Amino acid sequence: MLPRDLKAEQFAGYPPQARNLVVAHLDALQQLPLSFLPSLLREVIDYDFKFPAERNAIDIELANLSSLSPAQASDWFQAFSQFSLSPALEHFDWVNQPAQFVEQLSAYLWTTHQLDGFRKAALVYGDRLHSVVPPDAIPVRRLGIAVIGQGVTTYDAQLFRNLRPHGAYFAHVKPDNGLQLLLNAVAARAKAHPVPYGHWYIDGGQQADHDPSLTCVSYQALEPVRAALLRKIQADLQRPGMGPEELRTHLARLVPADLGMDEAGDAVLSRFQIKLLTEASGTQIFSTTFAQWAAREALRRAQSLTLLVRFAPRQRQKPMNELLSNSQGNVELDLTGSLVDADMGAYYNWLNQQRLQVADQSAFLVWFEGHSQALVIGPSIPRGTESTTAADLGELIALAAT
Amino acid sequence: MISESSFNGKFKAGVSTPQEFARRLSCTRRDFLRGATGIALGSALSSASPFVRGATATKRRKVIVVTFGGGARDQETFAPEGQENIPHLLHELIPQSSFFTQVVNQGILGHYVATASLATGVYETINNFSAVPPEHPTVFEYFRKDLRRPSSDAWVVAPSNGFNRIGESDYRSYGPGMGARVVLPKHLLTAAMSGTTTDYEHLLRDNYETPLYAPQLAGNEFELEQMETILKLSVDDFRAHALTVSSPDELSMFIARRLMQQEAPSLLWITMHDIDIAHAGAYSLYIEGIRRTDRLCAELWKAVQTEPEYAGNTTLFVLPDFGRDSDQDAGGNGFQHHRTGDPASRTTWMMALGAGVRQGVVYDQPMQSTDLVPTLGAMMGFSPSLAQGRPIKELI
Repeated sequence: MLPRDLKAEQFAGYPPQARNLVVAHLDALQQLPLSFLPSLLREVIDYDFKFPAERNAIDIELANLSSLSPAQASDWFQAFSQFSLSPALEHFDWVNQPAQFVEQLSAYLWTTHQLDGFRKAALVYGDRLHSVVPPDAIPVRRLGIAVIGQGVTTYDAQLFRNLRPHGAYFAHVKPDNGLQLLLNAVAARAKAHPVPYGHWYIDGGQQADHDPSLTCVSYQALEPVRAALLRKIQADLQRPGMGPEELRTHLARLVPADLGMDEAGDAVLSRFQIKLLTEASGTQIFSTTFAQWAAREALRRAQSLTLLVRFAPRQRQKPMNELLSNSQGNVELDLTGSLVDADMGAYYNWLNQQRLQVADQSAFLVWFEGHSQALVIGPSIPRGTESTTAADLGELIALAAT
Repeated sequence: MISESSFNGKFKAGVSTPQEFARRLSCTRRDFLRGATGIALGSALSSASPFVRGATATKRRKVIVVTFGGGARDQETFAPEGQENIPHLLHELIPQSSFFTQVVNQGILGHYVATASLATGVYETINNFSAVPPEHPTVFEYFRKDLRRPSSDAWVVAPSNGFNRIGESDYRSYGPGMGARVVLPKHLLTAAMSGTTTDYEHLLRDNYETPLYAPQLAGNEFELEQMETILKLSVDDFRAHALTVSSPDELSMFIARRLMQQEAPSLLWITMHDIDIAHAGAYSLYIEGIRRTDRLCAELWKAVQTEPEYAGNTTLFVLPDFGRDSDQDAGGNGFQHHRTGDPASRTTWMMALGAGVRQGVVYDQPMQSTDLVPTLGAMMGFSPSLAQGRPIKELI
């Protein structure tokens, strides 16, 4: 089936808000090429469980598509119309399984050497969309915080190497009560600028006490979910015909209740957490990977205004089969390796924050937990500098906010 | 409270300005290498290789290809901040090498299909996650058929079950029985530990792209019972040695050295894979993998010098199958994967050293991954007629 053949009743399986949205924009969707539309539907089908920022982005994109005349739509999607697709893709149930279609499309584009062209077309489309839709103002300067090195007593190598050129390094930080000062600061921002899913606290270990105004995700709290997921994976692998693609498809269909999550909880956040574990690599077994990926997704999807990420020690590398079978035994921690992971993770947090709007006004702070080293990035902070000023974490946050 | 004025006099000059930082990152591998090792620019030299031609030399020549497993980026290897991770490449091997700074892979960036492409000289489109043979003849088939070499003269040592079909294609007029013998050391270990209670599981992970899944074997792979007859290695000794190595690549290198000692193949292909732990997202483990692979490459070259069958007549090629995603591409997650198809994930390098190769020279003109097989053909005297690449003139 091709997009021009779309009918409203074909979306009966969509959740209510998603269905209404698609039907309202059906005329526009019928104009789109098959190489493009399922990617959009992949987002729309989860509309009911998306963060406000994501919903807003979908609304804007659909409104823009509906505003295009046929000639304009042809111009916008000319590049996408050039890609040749296989009959198998055309016959795929891409209305109800858009994510699976996109996976198969991706494999097909790689195989037929069309991926680079597709990638270029997607970038051009994204830039064009952003150019016609000015970004919304944000109520407060974005702030990212990374706390790294929990449990490490000494570390001689240089920290924050990737971030130093972009901010000021402080070598005489007063570490006392540091985490609490940071949590207080982010809670104050959440109360002053109450935005749903706008202010986050992600912990790679056990979450500390925090203000309920913060959206919180922690590796420790998801341990039962991770265990349930690994059991499901092990069971799936025993089934005949189960290959990597089939397994990925199966994981993508899991919903919170499948893994024992409370159905009465926050459905949007529960879906978010499930996807952290089912769509990513390494988040199921390494807490440092979990914290970094969770931060990436909170920034990309929720466009958080405040994001405090505390990395915790991950387990020492063990064989993947043993880890995935969740076998019992003493869990050894790799403190220094986790610090190295988190140092890079902090850099990635900053990079991902800089991909959001008003990046030139955003601020960032990374602190070696319990120690005197930190680095601050902000619009008024001289880049590539070092400070000998003794300051506590509250003062550094205030500095970043100036 | 810190005021902005408190910066005055308290900040000292930084390690680099953003402009300096950007300029540094924009430097080419050639510049990095020239700065680090003082080696010469290839274009300033004659393009002809000193390779000695002739039937006698060709007959005795040995070639070892090592894929620098899993792919590593410049910032963790050849860029100034990464050079600490490759001391052996940088200070021991590159000064002896012809180094090619731009090897572009325009194919599919999955390890099995990309390695198959390296081995056929054609950008293969086979399923990366299935145990299927390449669609085009491999370098091993060309080598054996054209030069009438026995199966003992071409071997592959590979990391995971998915590579068990890499030794030969299913191409008509080549195919089954014409290719290389394939050793999967982890598969051997699985068989060797069968029935024991010893914990060898730390070596049995199949691969890092799909850690949950291992395709079933079906092909010309080397079986446990042949270990004693061919490698002169008892199962007990193999098990015991496995307990002394820290990674699958170390086990692969152990098997490769046994092959060199017992079979002395003229064409030996070793696929390393430890670096691909990066898929788990732990940066420190990725760095450990790079450092281990760097060390193993140097150990292999030292072993070549000590083996009578190899010393003085061996050419070693070291190249990644591809790179990894750039930090700057929002579609990826930096070092973790190789999914975006961005230039960082497609552009890599190759070094050649040993018999017939000019030492300490850097060539920065672009070449394709598929150029390797035609180059090997020109060097060893066989005709890879279906390969798409072109021989690298600086090596022939």
